[in-house]
Parts: sequence; structure tokens; C-alpha cells
Amino acid sequence: MTAIAEPDATVVAEPAPAAAPAAAPEAEAPPRDILIICYSGELEKIWAAMILATTGAAMGAKVRVFLTFWGLQAFVKDEVRITGDNTMQKMMSFMQRPGISHRKLSKMNFLGMGPWMMKKLAKQYNAASPKELLEIAQSMGVEFMPCQMTMEMFGLKKGDMIDGLGEPVGAATVIALMQGGDAPLFI
Amino acid sequence: MSTEQIAQVVDAKGLACPMPIVKTAQAVKGLASGQLLEVLATDAGSTKDFAAWAKVTGNELVEQTVEGGVYRFVLRKK
Repeated sequence: MTAIAEPDATVVAEPAPAAAPAAAPEAEAPPRDILIICYSGELEKIWAAMILATTGAAMGAKVRVFLTFWGLQAFVKDEVRITGDNTMQKMMSFMQRPGISHRKLSKMNFLGMGPWMMKKLAKQYNAASPKELLEIAQSMGVEFMPCQMTMEMFGLKKGDMIDGLGEPVGAATVIALMQGGDAPLFI
Repeated sequence: MSTEQIAQVVDAKGLACPMPIVKTAQAVKGLASGQLLEVLATDAGSTKDFAAWAKVTGNELVEQTVEGGVYRFVLRKK
């Protein structure tokens, strides 16, 4: 058995002694919340967002994911095929199938051949799928906030969306979280 | 080598990022403060990942070894 590195036993968030609270205020700053703005709907980007969301939660951070534009469309239930009220909204969901299991790659999509190969590789290398990661994220308390404006523009109903999403919010909520110190990530 | 009793073992062998860390975080939740968790992983990135996870979460990385491509981490819940 070989030791590969000195274990790092440093406790970072030790509370400051009561006698000297102003000694190192910077070092005592609480860990930042994480805000992922999930804007893109492509397979690899949704995947990255879900990996970072679950990892953030695993690292003990409060993670919020704002779902907007194509990113919101990925959080429609997999079994819902056509969404929207009018022809254009319906056509949009027809051309870009909603749901996290029906994502296309931004490159090498080749009519679904790319995503098929990607999923096969993921299985071979035991990488969790975006859908699996989403379920884990939800179980770890990651908060998902749909964009109200996208809901309306795409004609999405609450019943179209996966269970467990928060109330729809607007850009001001997102900006306020950033101003409040959340680490923002635009994916 | 720790002589203390391991409270739980997480077998994350074969799992890719981020699952070893995610499974560890989930397992640590169920432990009491001071209890030890052993994690087995084959993900080569886990050496750095577990050090980072311990540093950020305040849990202690007590031991870290590798044998035959299997990384073994012993963590103490804070």
C-alpha cells in the first residue's frame, strides 16, 4: 500500500475565537451559494449543469438552478411530446423535442447518432446520465427556478414540467441572488 | 493506518465523476460527528477531488492510499 499524498486535515471554516472577531473577517466569510443559469438545452450543456449542481450540493453549497429558454425546455417531462398553445409554440416543441432524455448535441449530432454514441460511452464508463444527476440533485436539495417569461413564450404549463420545480421567477430574482454574493454560472 | 472502527463503506469503484463525491456526501449525512467513512474509488480524479471536498466541507481526510488502481479514502465527519 502506497501513501499518495499527505492527507489535508485542515479545517477551513473554524469559527474565530470570540476574543478576536475582527482579526480576519475575510477568512471567516461563509461559503458562497451557487447560482447556475441553465440557458442552453444541448445534451452536453445540460449534462455539465447537472454535474456541477450535484457536486455543489455535495460540497455543502446551497445550489439554485435558474431554467430559462432552451434550458427550461429540457425540464419538461420526458413523456410530454408537444407543448404550447399556438401553432408556433407547438412547432417549436416539434422541432426540438422537450425533456432531459431527448437532448441533442451542439456538435456531431448527426440526426441523433452523436447523442446515441455519447450515451453508450457514458454507460461504458459508468458516467451518470443527466436524468440520473437531475434526480440526485433534487434529492440533495438543489432548487430549480423556472423562468416565468420563457414559460409564457413557449406556452409551457406547470403540468408539462417535471415535478419538484420551484415557483417561476424573473430576471430580477437572478440578479438579486448575484448581487447577494451567489457564485453565478451561465451554461 | 487507523485503528478506529469504520462506521460505513462507500464502494464507488467504477463510478465516474461526480458520483464518488456525491455518494460520499450522501453517506456522510447519515453519520454522527466523529464517525469514520471509508470510500473506495477508481476515478483517477478523486485524489484531488476528495482533498477539495474535505477542505470545503470541513470533514477530515484521515487517510488516503492507493492500491492496484483503487483509491481508498478514510474521512471523519466533522
